[in-house]
Amino acid sequence: MPFEIIEKSQIVPTIHNMIISAPSIARKARAGQFIILRIDDAGERIPLTIADFDREKGTITTIFQEMGKTTAQLSKMNTGESLLDFVGPLGNPSEIKPVGTVICVGGGVGVAPIYPIARAHRQVGNKVISIIGSRSADLLLWEQKMRDVSDELYITTDDGTKGHHGFVTDVLKELLEGSESISLVVAIGPPIMMRTVAGVTHPFGVKTVVSLNSIMVDGTGMCGSCRVLVGGETKFACVDGPEFDAHEVDFTLLMNRLQMYQDEEQLAMEHYKKCEREGCQC
Amino acid sequence: MLERQDMPRQDPEKRRSNFNEVALGYSHEQAINEASRCIQCKKPLCVAGCPVEIDIPDFIKCIADDDMEGAISELKSMNALPAICGRVCPQETQCEDVCVLAKKGEPVAIGRLERYAADWELVNKQGEPEKPELTGKKVAVVGSGPAGLTAAAELAKMGHSVTLMEALHKAGGVLVYGIPEFRLPKSIVQKEVEYIERLGVDIQLNSVVGMVETVDELLDEYDAVFLGTGAGLPSFMNIDGENLSGVYSANEFLTRVNLMKAYQFPDYDTPVKNGHKVVVVGGGNVAMDAARCAVRLGAEEVTVVYRRGDDEMPARREEIENAKEEGVIFKLLSNPTRILGDEKNWVRQMECLDMELCEPDESGRCRPVPVEGSEYIIDVDVIIIAVGTSPNPLIPKTTPSLEISKWGTIIADDNGATSKTAVFAGGDVVTGAATVISAMGAGKIAARAIDKYLNSNNL
Ligand SMILES: Cc1cc2nc3c(=O)[nH]c(=O)nc-3n(C[C@H](O)[C@H](O)[C@H](O)COP(=O)(O)OP(=O)(O)OC[C@H]3O[C@@H](n4cnc5c(N)ncnc54)[C@H](O)[C@@H]3O)c2cc1C
Ligand SMILES: Cc1cc2nc3c(=O)[nH]c(=O)nc-3n(C[C@H](O)[C@H](O)[C@H](O)COP(=O)(O)OP(=O)(O)OC[C@H]3O[C@@H](n4cnc5c(N)ncnc54)[C@H](O)[C@@H]3O)c2cc1C
Ligand code: SF4
Ligand code: SF4
Ligand code: FES
Repeated sequence: MPFEIIEKSQIVPTIHNMIISAPSIARKARAGQFIILRIDDAGERIPLTIADFDREKGTITTIFQEMGKTTAQLSKMNTGESLLDFVGPLGNPSEIKPVGTVICVGGGVGVAPIYPIARAHRQVGNKVISIIGSRSADLLLWEQKMRDVSDELYITTDDGTKGHHGFVTDVLKELLEGSESISLVVAIGPPIMMRTVAGVTHPFGVKTVVSLNSIMVDGTGMCGSCRVLVGGETKFACVDGPEFDAHEVDFTLLMNRLQMYQDEEQLAMEHYKKCEREGCQC
Repeated sequence: MLERQDMPRQDPEKRRSNFNEVALGYSHEQAINEASRCIQCKKPLCVAGCPVEIDIPDFIKCIADDDMEGAISELKSMNALPAICGRVCPQETQCEDVCVLAKKGEPVAIGRLERYAADWELVNKQGEPEKPELTGKKVAVVGSGPAGLTAAAELAKMGHSVTLMEALHKAGGVLVYGIPEFRLPKSIVQKEVEYIERLGVDIQLNSVVGMVETVDELLDEYDAVFLGTGAGLPSFMNIDGENLSGVYSANEFLTRVNLMKAYQFPDYDTPVKNGHKVVVVGGGNVAMDAARCAVRLGAEEVTVVYRRGDDEMPARREEIENAKEEGVIFKLLSNPTRILGDEKNWVRQMECLDMELCEPDESGRCRPVPVEGSEYIIDVDVIIIAVGTSPNPLIPKTTPSLEISKWGTIIADDNGATSKTAVFAGGDVVTGAATVISAMGAGKIAARAIDKYLNSNNL
């Protein structure tokens, strides 16, 4: 059963929005979960967070960033084309309950997965303060969508072209030092950002949740590729997570394991570009 | 009397660098010769050694008479997947172990003959199976390994409408993600899966039961559910360094290589790391398969580290011999104690301890105990851990009323009935990691029990 691309567009350079028809997944999807897709028979299985879903239309929205071969190939696909495999929802949904004030931190493409979480917290009556950041103003995504589901929204850019000149963690620290009591921080972004968030919130003793993007294959707990160390215990990010207590996560291990296939990723990309140039179908 | 016919095999030197099938199958003449060795016992012991009770003398007689159609229909009446069983059944401990000829010499090569007949059919005959009248009853089968495939086939033959749900993007379970191409070509599994589709089974891939639909939700839609979800959760040893880059579970390594075809990278996108020096920990079929894949991916040195002795290795003898021929080194009576990495978190060394065998444990095998002070270090850049698997907790976690043992297996009676009405289970998910044929046997028995349940008045 092929999964049709209903809508596909570039939101900001190298980051794309892709809406897929997958009614049975849309029926079940909840904030914090992800899907795994495969473009074609030679394709790799890659995980993407469910950035939004429409139960009535039966669609799943994903936002992805061009990183290597698979996401580059995906970025070239168009509305009306189909993906060979699309499986989900996988992973545990975010724990959403009334707690008070929640700070949602999204960095880079991580703004997309933080969106449904922020919206869900808002829906159960939490006050939502969001901090979203990117390298530069033109790379910032979903500002309006985030504004719509947040009581307060802060923007940061590394180069100062919009909002606060600096990192999301600068704003986070200020908020934590302020008078408002914060019950929960949820952060999704590059591992280095999540590690910094964990470091910032730790002295304040505020519960902090991060979503780990370890390398996955099956996404059902069968291979152990996605294993991460949390509180000294080995966990499988796909079935025990992807969200974990940030203060317990061994980020160094996560980052090291993410580098495992660097050489092969480069090779795959070169091979892909060569195929593209020479127009072969592999 | 004729000697047992040898199986032609790919030359070890050649096969070290390809993923083509190792055992090449009998020629027509060899098959007839081998079949004529069977003395057609009046009370054949071999049949009792086969978990699905194939009428072995009958199908072998057909081959001896060159009646291949007869042979295949005899086989297929008891076993839906003969091309697979003929290749991977541990015949030497089952049907062939009890063949009368084994008392004085070598047993009839029952498995090889089964393979011969099945392969003949795949080439010469692929008729439309008869479709029975539909009963109007709907059954959901979860998991497409040998247990699920068999249960689905049997239920379809009984006229029930069967939907088979599989989490992965290909049907076959361990047959496609675990057992390598060189032992069981995927085209053969594919043909068997197609046969099951022709029986009318609707196969839904990419469907993780528990996530997309729970078992309770399936029961709203279906009259009964069969769980054949296998024992896919890899165990680790819980030693230091196990999460270093370069340390794989056998499941991950084999899935990348077999299901994702990493051996054809970069034509296929999924990579796998293969080191110069690879260590595989374990002594079962899974360890042999991982070691032999590593050889084929080009490792200079592949070592199997196993904590008991040669006799205790649970892998099939044939596969141990194949591995040895291919240059795999065996470091027996050794147990890893920790794994050491470099500054980039990449595995570099493994520390092991020598072991000694002492008195047999509950399982009847000798219990290994460490020899104090015998630590030694091996250099290594990829480690594959093949020390066992257990059932995936996804379904138990999402099905509160399903009874589970302390090992995580689903509790089911001899007919596959679980603690939950209308829910049956069989295969590795009930027994823990076992064999293809035992999973098929369980699928078949459960199918009969499901049929009986569906026909009972209280529905
Ligand atoms: C639960 C989860 C949710 C994710 N959600 C999103 C998302 O919403 N948007 C998004 O842009 N990205 C997301 N990612 C990351 C995304 O899966 C990777 O960027 C993608 O797999 C890269 O594939 P590639 O072939 O394009 O790049 P490659 O060249 O293969 O790799 C580039 C980078 O991606 C990582 N990566 C490679 N293969 C995998 C894999 N199979 N699984 C995970 N990471 C891999 C590598 O560490 C590497 O740093 C998520 C990852 C996880 C685990
Ligand atoms: C590498 C390896 C080599 C082996 N070699 C041999 C051999 O030579 N001879 C032999 O007899 N046996 C061998 N075995 C053992 C044999 O393969 C297994 O005993 C047998 O496959 C078990 O069958 P099963 O149907 O119970 O489960 P599996 O084959 O494990 O199939 C279970 C299926 O269920 C799917 N599934 C799991 N959870 C869900 C879910 N929630 N929703 C949907 N689908 C789900 C899985 O993806 C999988 O496809 C080997 C095993 C391995 C791993
Ligand atoms: S199915 Fe297995 S045990 Fe039965 S006859 Fe065939 S090889 Fe022997
Ligand atoms: S026991 Fe051996 S010789 Fe006797 S019928 Fe079976 S296969 Fe033939
Ligand atoms: S991705 Fe395979 S176990 Fe998590």
